Amino acid sequence: MEAISSIKPLLAVIVSLIAAFLILITGERARNLREFWTILASVVKFAIVASMVSPILEGNVLEYTVISILPGLSLQFRVDALGILFALTASFLWIITSFYSIGYMRSLNEHAQTRYFACFAIALSATMGVAFSANLFTTFIFYEIITLSTYPLVAHKETSEAIKGARRYLAYLLGTSIAFLLLAIFLTYNAAGTLDFSNQGILAGKGSNALLTVIFILFMAGIAKAAMMPLHSWLPAAMVAPTPVSALLHAVAVVKVGVFTVIRVALYIFGIDLLSRLGLGTALAYFASFTIIAASIIALRQDNLKLRLAYSTISQLSYIILGVALLTPSSMVGGIIHITNHAFSKITLFFCAGSIYCAAHKTNISQLSGIGKKMPWTMTAFFIASLSMIGVPPAGGFISKWYLALGSIEAKEIPILAVIIVSSILNAAYFLPITYKAFFEKQDDAHHEEIKEIPMVAIPLMITAIISMLIGIYPDYFLTLTKEVIRLR
Amino acid sequence: MEFIIGKFNYWVYIILMMIGFYAMIAKSNLVKKLVGMNIFQTAIILFFISIGSKKGVTIPIIQEGAGDAVNQAVNSARYMNPLPHVLMLTAIVVMVSTFGVALALIIMIFRKYKTLEEDEILESLRSGEEN
Amino acid sequence: MTAQAPILIIIIPLIASFLNVIIGLWRKRLCYPLVIITLGLSVILSISILNTVIIQGVIHYRLGGWEPPWGIEYVIDHLNAFILIIVSFISFTIAIYSKRNVEQEFPEKTVYFYTIYLLLVTGLLGITITGDVFNLYVFLEITSLAVYALIAIGRDKAPLASFNYLIMGTIGACFYLLGVGYLYIATGSLNMADLGRLLPDLYHSKAVLVAFAFFVVGVAIKMALFPLHVWLPDAYTYAPSTVSAFAASTMTKVGVYVMIRIMFTVFEPRFSIVMLPSTEILGWVASGAMIFGGILAIAQTDVKRMLSYILIAEVGYIVIGVSVANRMGFTGALLHILFDAFTMACLFMAAGAVMHKTGETSIHGFRRLHRRMPLTMAAFSIAALSAIGVPPFAGFFSKWYLVLGAIDAGKWIFAVLLLLSSLLIAIAFFRVIENIYFAPSDHAHNGVGQEEIVRDETPLSMLVPILTMAAGILILGFFSGKIVSAVIQFTVPGGF
Repeated sequence: MEAISSIKPLLAVIVSLIAAFLILITGERARNLREFWTILASVVKFAIVASMVSPILEGNVLEYTVISILPGLSLQFRVDALGILFALTASFLWIITSFYSIGYMRSLNEHAQTRYFACFAIALSATMGVAFSANLFTTFIFYEIITLSTYPLVAHKETSEAIKGARRYLAYLLGTSIAFLLLAIFLTYNAAGTLDFSNQGILAGKGSNALLTVIFILFMAGIAKAAMMPLHSWLPAAMVAPTPVSALLHAVAVVKVGVFTVIRVALYIFGIDLLSRLGLGTALAYFASFTIIAASIIALRQDNLKLRLAYSTISQLSYIILGVALLTPSSMVGGIIHITNHAFSKITLFFCAGSIYCAAHKTNISQLSGIGKKMPWTMTAFFIASLSMIGVPPAGGFISKWYLALGSIEAKEIPILAVIIVSSILNAAYFLPITYKAFFEKQDDAHHEEIKEIPMVAIPLMITAIISMLIGIYPDYFLTLTKEVIRLR
Repeated sequence: MEFIIGKFNYWVYIILMMIGFYAMIAKSNLVKKLVGMNIFQTAIILFFISIGSKKGVTIPIIQEGAGDAVNQAVNSARYMNPLPHVLMLTAIVVMVSTFGVALALIIMIFRKYKTLEEDEILESLRSGEEN
Repeated sequence: MTAQAPILIIIIPLIASFLNVIIGLWRKRLCYPLVIITLGLSVILSISILNTVIIQGVIHYRLGGWEPPWGIEYVIDHLNAFILIIVSFISFTIAIYSKRNVEQEFPEKTVYFYTIYLLLVTGLLGITITGDVFNLYVFLEITSLAVYALIAIGRDKAPLASFNYLIMGTIGACFYLLGVGYLYIATGSLNMADLGRLLPDLYHSKAVLVAFAFFVVGVAIKMALFPLHVWLPDAYTYAPSTVSAFAASTMTKVGVYVMIRIMFTVFEPRFSIVMLPSTEILGWVASGAMIFGGILAIAQTDVKRMLSYILIAEVGYIVIGVSVANRMGFTGALLHILFDAFTMACLFMAAGAVMHKTGETSIHGFRRLHRRMPLTMAAFSIAALSAIGVPPFAGFFSKWYLVLGAIDAGKWIFAVLLLLSSLLIAIAFFRVIENIYFAPSDHAHNGVGQEEIVRDETPLSMLVPILTMAAGILILGFFSGKIVSAVIQFTVPGGF
């Protein structure tokens, strides 16, 4: 493994910051120009990220130190396979979401679009920052920037409901990160003398078992973005945001940043050996299992489509944590590749929810009877993505569940295997009825107004649905990257 | 007894200072507070002046011919220490200015509330809020 | 010029303040340019002083050529030079800001306002630069008198608030003076460096102990350290915007500077830390300030008053950094002096700009101001986030050092309280920020939809200083490593 010095990670972060600036300057006067900046930045960002893949596949890492803040503590980027996998997913989906956003915002004639696009760009910039950060210090800085930049997006509607949701969002994310995460980082720094991510972990032998356990618990409580129960309720609250925000940020960027940070902490701060010695991996796995089942059950009871998706997200995020917590190679592959799988399928589902809202102004599942005939493309995509969520082959979700199941057998945790199976059944139970309702039930009232799909909205969701299927059929590309993460260990 | 009489200058300054301090904190009339402040400051001036003095010495002005040409060194034990007194000249200036500013403020307050009793002022502020 | 810089930086504003009266009688509108030029000069001088200190080391300047300890000596090391730059730069920026504020709030008093303002700056610079404890007292009182007068110009309860401040401030100054007296009895010297040499042999003398106690209490009143802060909220709430911005950002910081000088230059660290548990006590007092200030800030309905309580909490932060008595904590305290000066200046100036436009500063009055004055509100939000200590803004970096300092000292409880207080401040600020950006408009229920709010930005002469401070907050944090290695690491007292 070789460390190559490269400015590309910094560029990938900065591109969308510049875009945010240009968007603010351009403003409402030249809307097409403003949207052009978003598209341009997303494409450039994806190109930069993609150009970093091949050196990573050759087994190298890219490093860049921006500025040193404290002796031994600097704002530093280091791109490895795990980071590039996440960055690739997020930056690719940003391109698609940008088109979708434009269609969505314009068709609904939303207000404050400049703020919306600017904050979006900043959030993506910070997402790249987390993906590429070389130490916990850098991670924390970008973690907080994400919280702050998405806060205006959650409060976007400016109704009292939106403000309440945003308040809860902020209280959970900022509160836990200052009270627990920051404290855990300080404890880590005090114990280990460094915050750099290392393949072996940095905390081994640096403190008593009790201290290390406390640090671990503080970390898990502090990273509320991973939406593990009981610190999950900000995510349903954040559903008041416009749908593209829910789609990219609350199904991909923000929550995945949380999960990603959990993975970083578990594997690169604690290390596999330490976690298994302390028994923390298993504890975390059972905790995650609880979240998987409980969130799925709650999802069953939701009538609001976006809320059901939100609870589904909470449950799916814990799959990723579960995979890593089991600490076996297969389960880790399953967990990490689920980042990508879940990203593509969940964004499709949210896009569909947005498409339905744009075209028919419906938000509840009970209103969806017969809508499949009016919006065939949307509902087909919804069906495909549901299959991936449930884990039916050949959809992408099958790959991750397969590896997760393998991993749970390797770890000899049969209860976990049962959890995976039960939750798949629950997934089916809360997704399939929607498709059934849409295609096979008759709509209740006859005087239905004309519903037409909006192309700008419908095309992106078709693309993501197809990709989520393709990942299942041709999983090699992402599997290679994922196995690169495991191989280095 | 020796402890009290031998250091009576300090006792005086402490007593004066406490009187002033009490007036500043406990009195509700603003002018009385100001008087207390003055006593407080004066106590400190007395303290400084008394530390410069010694028994049986004279003011620090060297008379011509007090020492011959050979023995130029001044026998400091015969003179008071002038420095605390000089410091107090400056301190007095400061205190007078403070007093002046405080009086100006009191005039402003009186014009505004037509009283100098603190509780009455607070009363009028409270009723002002209710209106 | 450079050789005389230490005295020029005091003399120029002092003379200018008297010149100002004369010029003001002749042409009133020349006052403002005069002030700007004067303070611009002091910024240049302070930069040149810092430069000299970095290159050549400590500067000793003897007034009138008198040898210390008889004459007054100005001693400038990295610590004073650092504070000098903060004071002169902030005073310069706020002077630019003051123009429209003065014109609006008290146009007939322009001349006197600027005269006193210059005196205030002179006093603060003097406190910072002098190496003589009595000289420091004189400058302390110049500063205080100037600020009493300036606060009294303000609205509503201002004269009463100023009077209460005067009483408290005088007690503080007198305690300081008593401390000087006791030290003089014990040593016969007033020069700080000289005292530092003479005192170690006398540490067991009762007089020295009493002197130390008087010093600390006196200075604590001046810098509004909890629980001696009661004068501050009223005074800063009702003072004119310019004055609260300047006083909040510099006066408390200079107070902390005096405390550091007394504790670690006049007395030795081993006296202040080991022989008397003064740092221990200060640490607890400061924790009280952080928590208490945060809680009371949440309870306020007026933004300026809320900022005042947050300022009290921020003073607690700085003091806690000093009190943990190690390299990290001290570095954090000094960084926080710099960053908090910028933050408080920005917040109070932004609140002043709102006052300028809307005539009130209640939280309710901030509703939806982001449409009316987007840039000012953006600056306000940036400064607020910095005060909370959210990355990537400056406040985060200094808090990082502070918490590390507390942990290094084994004072876990302080580290936890620091984070807790950040949360309290976050609640306080997000009440305002939510109002600025997302409050439902008053007319929403009539179904009128979006009411038309005309963009009505703060005038340029106010906006530029606000944005300068905000930019400083954005950028400086990233350079904290550089600031520490260039200046702050030399200020840490020996034995830490």
